[in-house]
Amino acid sequence: MSGLPSLGDQWIVIPLLVLLACTAITIIRMRSLMAAVLLTGIFSFLSASWMLLLDAPDVAFTEAAVGAGLSTVLMLATLSLTGREAKPPVRGALRPLLLVLVTGAALVYGTLDMPHYGDPDAPIQRYPSPSYVDRVAAETEIPNVVTAVLASYRGYDTLGETTVIFTAGIGVLLLLRGRSRRTPTGRGPEES
Amino acid sequence: MTRLTILRVFAKWMLPFVLLFALYVQAHGDLGPGGGFQAGVIFAAGIILYSLVFGLDAGRRFFPPRVAEALAALGILVYAGTGWAGLLVGGSYLDFPALSPQHPAHGQHWGVFSVELGVGLTVASVMTSIFFAFAARKASE
Repeated sequence: MSGLPSLGDQWIVIPLLVLLACTAITIIRMRSLMAAVLLTGIFSFLSASWMLLLDAPDVAFTEAAVGAGLSTVLMLATLSLTGREAKPPVRGALRPLLLVLVTGAALVYGTLDMPHYGDPDAPIQRYPSPSYVDRVAAETEIPNVVTAVLASYRGYDTLGETTVIFTAGIGVLLLLRGRSRRTPTGRGPEES
Repeated sequence: MTRLTILRVFAKWMLPFVLLFALYVQAHGDLGPGGGFQAGVIFAAGIILYSLVFGLDAGRRFFPPRVAEALAALGILVYAGTGWAGLLVGGSYLDFPALSPQHPAHGQHWGVFSVELGVGLTVASVMTSIFFAFAARKASE
């Protein structure tokens, strides 16, 4: 629950962020989709390490399991259905670059209003976290405040999120199963 | 299915620990990092590893898609049912302290555990189902 990372942490934070940027740029320049998918997995692991340094183990956990684990496998499964190479771009990069620069400038302009990183007077430090941190121990006796907030105080939201996951799964199943049922070919050869 | 011995042996050794770790994260969500969502994802990752190394049919025998689909719906029902339990004992929807009026913290613990169980069931089943759907599509081509 510290604010700014200590000097010792900075030696890890800066290389981590540099590696994140390098990975992102490599993914953009990559033509091989297979390598790009694997690099997004590495990107997720690096993000997870960084989130861990920011004292957010729950988020880091999720990022490592979902971002680096499951979504990489699902993207590879998708690649085995499509192709492994990206088509070379037909148009010039000028218009997308302009769009990205304008969007990026708008985002940077938005951050000017934000409080400084680790500022003790920032709204995130004052509201609502101290009230929850204080209340959780007395009201629920659950040591992990994140779980208490997600499952108890924000139970409705989590019910909605679980329903969203369920609905999304049903949607994917309906889309992917649609054709194979019309053309039953039985069990195909096993994957190599 | 892969014929590489190292992969097969490694996967076989890893799998019990992956599944056990998923159960640990599920049960200890209120004590340490993690919870139902993370546990479900880890469980699904274990089954996917098994399917990748030992073949889709082996994975489907271990966790039949019909069972997975039923469990995905059951997870939502467990979550929503925990909410209804609060109503039945005279509280409001998802009111965990009402489950144990003498000791509200116990009610919180039961409620959170049950809700996390529902999340874990749904997430593990949905993730596995999606992978099976992708892999089956590949196998049928």
